Amino acid sequence: MADALTARAATNPRRLAQRKKRRLAVVFVLPALLLLGALVVYPVLFSLGRSFFDAGGDRFVGAGNYAAIIHDPATLKAIRNSTIWVVVAPLLLTGLGLMLAVLTEKVRWATAFKLVLFLPMAVSFLAAGIIFRLAYEQDPDRGVLNAAVVGVHDAFHDAAAYPTARAREDHGLTGGAGGPYSTEETVRPGRSVSLGFVGVAPDAMPAGAKAAAAAAPDTDGIGGVVYLDFAPGGAGTPGKVDPGEKGLPGMVVEAARDGRVAATATTADDGSFHITGLADGEYTVRLPAANFAAPYQGVNWLSPALVTPAIIAAYLWVWTGFAMVLIGAGLAAIPRDALEAARMDGATEGQIFRKITVPLLAPVLTVVFVTLVINVMKVFDLVYIIAPGPVQEEANVLATRMWLVSFGGGNDQGLGSALSVVLLLLVVPAMLFNIQRFRRSGA
Amino acid sequence: MRRPSKTTRRTTATATAALALVLGATACGGTTGPASGGELSGQTVTVAGVWTGSEQENFKKVLDAFTEKTGARTVFVPSGDNVSTFVGSKIEGGNAPDVVMVPQVGVLQQFAKEGWLQPLSDQAATTAGSTLAPVWKNYGTVDGTYYGLYFKAAHKSTVWYAPEAFTQAGVSEPKSYADMLKAGRTLADSGRPAFAIAGEDGWTLTDWFENIYLSQAGPEKYDQLAQHTLKWTDDSVVKALTTLGELFKDKQLVAGGAEAALGTDFPSSVAQVFGPEPKAGMVYEGDFVGGVATGQFGKKLGEDAKFFPFPAVDGGKAPVVSGGDAAVVLKDGKNSKAGMKLLEFLADAEAAEVWAGAGGFLSPNNEVDLASYSDDTTRSTADSLITAGNSIRFDMSDQAPAAFGGTKGAGEWKLLQDFLRDPSDPQGTAAKLEAEAVKAYGN
Repeated sequence: MADALTARAATNPRRLAQRKKRRLAVVFVLPALLLLGALVVYPVLFSLGRSFFDAGGDRFVGAGNYAAIIHDPATLKAIRNSTIWVVVAPLLLTGLGLMLAVLTEKVRWATAFKLVLFLPMAVSFLAAGIIFRLAYEQDPDRGVLNAAVVGVHDAFHDAAAYPTARAREDHGLTGGAGGPYSTEETVRPGRSVSLGFVGVAPDAMPAGAKAAAAAAPDTDGIGGVVYLDFAPGGAGTPGKVDPGEKGLPGMVVEAARDGRVAATATTADDGSFHITGLADGEYTVRLPAANFAAPYQGVNWLSPALVTPAIIAAYLWVWTGFAMVLIGAGLAAIPRDALEAARMDGATEGQIFRKITVPLLAPVLTVVFVTLVINVMKVFDLVYIIAPGPVQEEANVLATRMWLVSFGGGNDQGLGSALSVVLLLLVVPAMLFNIQRFRRSGA
Repeated sequence: MRRPSKTTRRTTATATAALALVLGATACGGTTGPASGGELSGQTVTVAGVWTGSEQENFKKVLDAFTEKTGARTVFVPSGDNVSTFVGSKIEGGNAPDVVMVPQVGVLQQFAKEGWLQPLSDQAATTAGSTLAPVWKNYGTVDGTYYGLYFKAAHKSTVWYAPEAFTQAGVSEPKSYADMLKAGRTLADSGRPAFAIAGEDGWTLTDWFENIYLSQAGPEKYDQLAQHTLKWTDDSVVKALTTLGELFKDKQLVAGGAEAALGTDFPSSVAQVFGPEPKAGMVYEGDFVGGVATGQFGKKLGEDAKFFPFPAVDGGKAPVVSGGDAAVVLKDGKNSKAGMKLLEFLADAEAAEVWAGAGGFLSPNNEVDLASYSDDTTRSTADSLITAGNSIRFDMSDQAPAAFGGTKGAGEWKLLQDFLRDPSDPQGTAAKLEAEAVKAYGN
């Protein structure tokens, strides 16, 4: 058998061997080619073709879908957000990863530390999305982040006694919701005023509140009452102290003259107050805003302005471990003698980091960065899950927009295909760059 | 381009069908044994519908009554949420149900246009003609042929309130929109903000708009707007948005203000009124609010959870926005003749009374004895529905293409959410709505 082959190949042995080799190569590559063709090339070409047709797929619209991308504000927002993602997330991640990798080299429990940082990688994006959706809830009772923010804030600022109270309109007090309120007319010492408020729920009244009663004024002071001008059942006349209406205890009342506070008093359980020690003259009775400050609500993490940064933060949480471990591996491969030599020559740790570690790590950093860029381009689940309906448009990136346009109600798969082509074109440069680098390092 | 896209759709449909089949086989099996005698004994009628849980149980009671009367065996097949996919794949697979309960008017039209439906028999049409207001016939008619018999109705013009909040504030059920806002302000004075608004769910906002528009602009314009023969930039739309904005911008009327409302979903909005820590006095939505209040918060309808009909706006007629499930007979069913008999039975008051007694049901049939409803609240909802007669209109956003009226974070939902956040520019919002509507309707 072997003899026969050599005999026949004798005419041109080299070419025959080459042909045989090539045939073998084709046999080996064919399954991969078929798979790639069916799963990558065909869908890409199909999407490209589909992007030239309208929503139903029946009418050729040429570049119409691409024009729609440029003219659709929602899609432009998605493109803007994708840009923010691609610029911010990989940079932050590589930076964070580098910092953590360098620092963990120096701590004793490095492995444990790395393990903890790497754990989020084991959580699926879906689960991470749900976790952060809850953490970002506005209501401090539900969102842990706002609970922390509000907790810290309230440790330094006392909550106001009557956040919901507002002055009964057109009954002698001016001022917008949230205070401060002041009397429309000036008051002389020896007179008394009654100041009516509404909007305090019965169960929000201080426990000790008693029926409202005005205090009689002293000759050198102003007396009066601050009361809840709303009797249960809505009985009573607005602007008058009626039976069943309670005083508002603990309210700070000021007498001001020429814009300066002359004296202050605090209301008693029945809402009465005496401001004493006033010289004769015209005074304005004021209730400072501190009485009415609304309780601190924390940060609205999922507001239109903050939603994208908030989702990027969630993404960082998941991926930091990955960047750190890759960079850490690169770090371990750096020749120790270079570092030692620098130290011997008197370089500071900062100099070593900047002049030796980072340049030596550059190849690893590039790989991490480029991988992350590609990864960030296709981010979908986190955005889709974390952003609530009202701000979904503000949070959309290209990938979510593509899906929503194609399947999320609009069912315009033409426009969706056009978006996917745009996304592909954006990923291609990063791909090419990576391939080139692999080639170079392989050579 | 065209063929592959259709194939894909079909593949998904088949996959869903297979899944539904498995689910159906395991979950339902709701068959009723044949009674001896009767004109249809020995025949089996298959009914498909979206109902699950108690709704399914109660509908089966109706089917049992049919069995008792005619001797036909009945099988209920749950269709899952997507009725049109389910039915399409069943027809393709040669296993079509005889009768389908269709939950949306758009789906009914789609079925009719595909040529799947059998027109109502003369008897069914005659019975329906005398017992249903003509508007129900219109919604069941496609291109002049009467296909869909409305059996179950929804009432989406009910404002639910906590009676103890009304007593505390001394207000009573308002009779006009202006009165409602006034009562709301008095509620706020008493310390309990007026409305819980579920801004995180866009559909509640479209329902608000539809009620105001139907009452203010009248049914004719409402129909035109639903068909998009009237532009959203029309003065009537701007006026309705202005009316709605008056409520949205008032911090006393919207519990927690607009930002908090945008973070509130529908169940939470009900909890804000009927939950353990009430934060608002009223919540507007359909009759199903009562179900949540009783089911989740243990309230008793008519005692600590009450409703009043959505009041008339600017001297118009009080709106009744509605919806419903229509029964249709499929041409491809094995027993469509017996299926038509079932429809004739459903057209009868007797069938509706069976479910009315079991609860959670409203009938559009004006011959149904109101005494057969199990509780007073449902009875008065039913009464209001029947009294409204021909001025009932279906939910406009349900009639619109999904991209406009039914997609989270897009179209009407999104724009009304933006309007809730900043209600200062009704004109601008109307213009944006029109732009989105043009895109979705394609006219």
